[in-house]
Amino acid sequence: MIKIRGLKKRFGTNEVLKGIDLDVKKGEVLSVIGASGSGKSTLLYCINGLEPIQDGYIEVDDTRVHDRNTNVNLLRQKLGMVFQQWNSFPHLTALENVALAPRIVRKKSKREAQEIAKKQLSHVGLGDKLDAYPNSLSGGQQQRLAIARALAMEPEYMLFDEATSALDPELVGEVLDTMRLLADEGMTMICVTHEMGFAKDVSDRVAYFHQGILEEVGPPSQIFGNPTSEHTKKFLSKTR
Amino acid sequence: MDYNFHWRPVFRALPDLFEAALITLEISTLSILLGIVLGMVLAISKMKGPWPLRALAIGWIEIARNTPALFQLFFFGFGLGAFGLHLSPYMIVLIGLTYNNAGYLAETFRGGINAVPETQVKAGRSLGMTATQVFTRIIAPQVLKIVYHPMTNQFVWAVLMSSLGMLVGFRELSGETQFFASKTFRIFEYFAVTALIYYVIVKIILGVSKLIAWRAFRWGN
Ligand SMILES: Nc1ncnc2c1ncn2[C@@H]1O[C@H](COP(=O)(O)OP(=O)(O)O)[C@@H](O)[C@H]1O
Ligand SMILES: [Mg+2]
Repeated sequence: MIKIRGLKKRFGTNEVLKGIDLDVKKGEVLSVIGASGSGKSTLLYCINGLEPIQDGYIEVDDTRVHDRNTNVNLLRQKLGMVFQQWNSFPHLTALENVALAPRIVRKKSKREAQEIAKKQLSHVGLGDKLDAYPNSLSGGQQQRLAIARALAMEPEYMLFDEATSALDPELVGEVLDTMRLLADEGMTMICVTHEMGFAKDVSDRVAYFHQGILEEVGPPSQIFGNPTSEHTKKFLSKTR
Repeated sequence: MDYNFHWRPVFRALPDLFEAALITLEISTLSILLGIVLGMVLAISKMKGPWPLRALAIGWIEIARNTPALFQLFFFGFGLGAFGLHLSPYMIVLIGLTYNNAGYLAETFRGGINAVPETQVKAGRSLGMTATQVFTRIIAPQVLKIVYHPMTNQFVWAVLMSSLGMLVGFRELSGETQFFASKTFRIFEYFAVTALIYYVIVKIILGVSKLIAWRAFRWGN
């Protein structure tokens, strides 16, 4: 479980997260929505220790992410992350993209790493693209490659930062389908998204962020059907 | 025109010239390899180093790029000589060329590193890779592609620049040519042939470089 208490994050004097309390249980799918600049990406970066924090704490399975004694490289193996920009490694084939971290981080043999990579690439529907370089793949395929690459570390949590925002509209579906598949398989997921349909259908809970504050969190029926916060109402009326 | 061309002495000296050409090739190859390593260290020092290291890197780069290469050679030859430190001609040329290569390559590398999106680092780190692993496995190969052609040019430049060696008494290709030319006074003939040898060396380097690039960067667009 991911446990966040009193989390504050500043960039210089700009306080981007103003005291966040949030739990994400094993097997849960949480969608995070909110206007651009409200701190959603920063929250994900804090969770896997890519950004330092100024106050409060984040625990992943009882390990404090920002504790000096925490081995973040080890912790990150539990936390897969998929970014808005596809971030394929352009100099590696699809297979090598996925096999790299299992080999050099998890110290698998080359053979084993490739087996894992093949399995995960098939998992996301790229089983026929093993030897393709990223520049020959579509945006949707590259994003699925990124998902496979994260899954190859056998993470217990997946963090998605607007995984579909940079995609052409016709490519969004294939990536959302892949995310849906993971949710069905029981993966614990935090999905920052602008896809309200996905948030509504797939998530167990939805969190609405407003200017660095977790304004409202609850089941989709509450957030979309009967939001208690005025800010939430206003935001949702604009997105529809 | 009453100058008569005499090529025969040049042809007789060819084996010696070829041998000297190998020395040219050896010293420029060494200086470019050392220059690559030092250039990378300088680039990273300038970008991320603590201030003394950064100041050193900036000073090195500025002087290497903005003063004549010949003066840099003279510094390692006569300049250090004034302080009682006498280097062999070979070392003067090797150190001088390396100094110059490193300064130029540092800026090339810095540009290359900056051209790789920061998000690539985040992606690597999010997979649990260490900063070093991200650099060697993800950033460096991409930088290599970006800097490959400037690096090849620098190599060519090093080959040509090594001819300055003759001015500090080093018998690389130009020094050797000068030696024969002054012995026989067939100055034009010797230097014409030597120019041709330089030309062929450079063309070979460019050809091989193209071949390597074609093999190594198939992933690029
Ligand atoms: N690396 C950074 N340095 C300085 N400010 C940043 C950085 N990253 C994000 N910010 C700022 O933090 C705020 C929240 O950004 P972000 O978490 O990206 O929001 P969101 O993902 O909700 O759009 C914004 O005001 C943004 O300008
Ligand atoms: Mg964002």
